[in-house]
Amino acid sequence: MSMHGPIATHRSATGVPTGRLAVWWLMASEIFIFGGLIACFVLFKLNGTPGFEDASLTSLTAGAVNTFVLLTSSLTVVLAHAAIEKGDREKSFLYIWYTIGGGFVFLGVKAYEYTGKIINGHIITENLFWSFYYTMTGLHALHVIGGMVIMALISFDIRKGHNYQRVELIGIYWHFVDLIWIFLFPLLYIANF
Amino acid sequence: MSEAYAHPNYVKIWIWLLVLLALSVAGPMLEIPTLTIITAFGIAIVKAFLVAANFMHLKFEKKIIWFLLLMSICMLGVFFFGVAPDIMMTEGDQWIDCIADKSCVEQRL
Repeated sequence: MSMHGPIATHRSATGVPTGRLAVWWLMASEIFIFGGLIACFVLFKLNGTPGFEDASLTSLTAGAVNTFVLLTSSLTVVLAHAAIEKGDREKSFLYIWYTIGGGFVFLGVKAYEYTGKIINGHIITENLFWSFYYTMTGLHALHVIGGMVIMALISFDIRKGHNYQRVELIGIYWHFVDLIWIFLFPLLYIANF
Repeated sequence: MSEAYAHPNYVKIWIWLLVLLALSVAGPMLEIPTLTIITAFGIAIVKAFLVAANFMHLKFEKKIIWFLLLMSICMLGVFFFGVAPDIMMTEGDQWIDCIADKSCVEQRL
């Protein structure tokens, strides 16, 4: 691997490479961001707040398709990591772009869902359920877009033979985005408790 | 680059994840609310564990990473129970049901 770049990319005080440690710190902070939203959603729901019965209006099929897409993109990004560990740049590049493709499909389904909801008058200010729905899924979609952009940059970098370790780092981030969706799916699409 | 370890069989894990997804989608079809919640959230926890342990390689990580994540989850628990009374309690001289009378936005302006 390339050892160019800041010293922080190839020294370690904890036994964990600094770049990877930084990504785990980011994940720890993301637990608060999404966890806080999910915690408040559950509390309002348990409290019987009016509007939460609208959870039955979300499309289980769209949610399930998007879960399938994200789980599959998680597979492709981890295969990109396995490929780059073997030094196979082209295969890793390809798997990264499969993952980005998965991101586009996810966003397409999300846009389709949003359009349908907005046409039917379910906008962010309608009630607390839709406020949570758009905030949580919108913030999640922004994370998906961010991940896709970073992955595209990394893919060209590794093709030139630089910074192979970044494939693993963006992989951890992408799996976390998948993990958040794993919890949003039952919360917003399945369990009308 | 990461340390050397044997990669798990990722495709096999992905297939398990899809089976769990199918189960969580099938759960509500039985129309038993308790079972739906168990299948939906119980399966979500199992799926999250499979992704974190195998795809994120958490099972190969050092203890400091586990500690970091557990601390985050514990602090989230503190947040949950700290905020809970504010949302769940509906008594007291200063308490106003601003969602019911739609005055929440005005109150904050």
